[in-house]
Amino acid sequence: MAKEEDLFVPRQVTTEENFAPGHRACIGCGEALAVRYVCKALGKNVIIVSATGCIEIFSSLLPQTSWQMAWIHTLFENVAAVMSGIESAYKVRVRKGKIADKNVKFVGFGGDGATTDIGLQALSGAMERGHDFLYVCYDNEAYMNTGIQRSSSTPYGAWTTTAPVGKKSSIGQVTWKKNMPEIAVAHNIPYVATACPSYPLDLMAKVKRGAEMDGPAYIQIFSICPTGWRCPTDITIELGRLAVETGVFPLYEVINGEYNLSVDLPDLKPIREYLKKQGRFKHLNDDNIATIQTRVEEDYVKLREKVKR
Amino acid sequence: MGGEGLGWKDLEIGFVVTEPGNASSYKTGDWRSERPIRDNERCIKCGLCYIYCPEACIHEDEEGHFEADLYYCKGCGICAHECPRNVIGMVEEKEE
Repeated sequence: MAKEEDLFVPRQVTTEENFAPGHRACIGCGEALAVRYVCKALGKNVIIVSATGCIEIFSSLLPQTSWQMAWIHTLFENVAAVMSGIESAYKVRVRKGKIADKNVKFVGFGGDGATTDIGLQALSGAMERGHDFLYVCYDNEAYMNTGIQRSSSTPYGAWTTTAPVGKKSSIGQVTWKKNMPEIAVAHNIPYVATACPSYPLDLMAKVKRGAEMDGPAYIQIFSICPTGWRCPTDITIELGRLAVETGVFPLYEVINGEYNLSVDLPDLKPIREYLKKQGRFKHLNDDNIATIQTRVEEDYVKLREKVKR
Repeated sequence: MGGEGLGWKDLEIGFVVTEPGNASSYKTGDWRSERPIRDNERCIKCGLCYIYCPEACIHEDEEGHFEADLYYCKGCGICAHECPRNVIGMVEEKEE
């Protein structure tokens, strides 16, 4: 007979760990947690191409590696190019009968810098050519690995070392976060999704769905970074949950152009709850917070309209 | 660093690592300033601490409770913060 505790959902997740402990991620790293879930969902029959960034640095300090599957590090700008090359070579070799088709999945990993800034052109090309791959963007909203420099994914009002806060007028980042999932949707690819490690089962389901999809798939994962966001290490999960509940990072999927909200919230929590937990936003005054609140609500309304259609 | 005394001539061509997951020999537990302690009386064995651990260092024991492997635990405190029954507390590490 099943015991009562066996019904708890976390216990139904596979205990197989494909991302070995002993990695050198910062204490409380949301990205390391996300990588752990993604590797759990993917299994070992994959080839992962990883961009420069936190993931590469903390997982593969020579002569050691945390990866249990085939993994290759490449540069910021050419993850998608290397990945599409591997995918094409594999297809050709299968077609010529040189290797057996083992249904290998091809997966690209990049941070927000490698995805929204430096590697965007190669990624756009790979999506447009329609290679069969899954691209996972770990969005920690700045170049954390090199010392918290702004990226185009950094949200409005956030402090970074290259968007510092001034005494009089500067409030840090003055531009709004680039909407990368929408850019992926605009390529008319079969699968686009956003996920957050605070919702592990949703995340793993999306990764599986994306990997199974025929053609390009793109997943953006909100990766909480206690070091760069200047927050305590134990609230990683809470912050991720707040980001979803305040509407800062809504969770949705787009399957063949059809939008679907994973967590639908009729009433968003006030954004202040999310901002005030982080040191990078602590300089914001009431006006700044009201500006962000308005923008987040507008974006959420737009997203819900797309879902209805 | 786990590779003391190794030079580039000792490494494989292309810096290929031939042993998958060998980072698990590296101890990250000495980064810790606080360690998790458990009061298993109140534990409902839900497994939230297991699923939310960024180090993947929390494992189920024979009784169905969960225990952190202190060889890897960096002491982030996520398990203590997320535990719905307040089973886990964090105490300061002392020099032995």
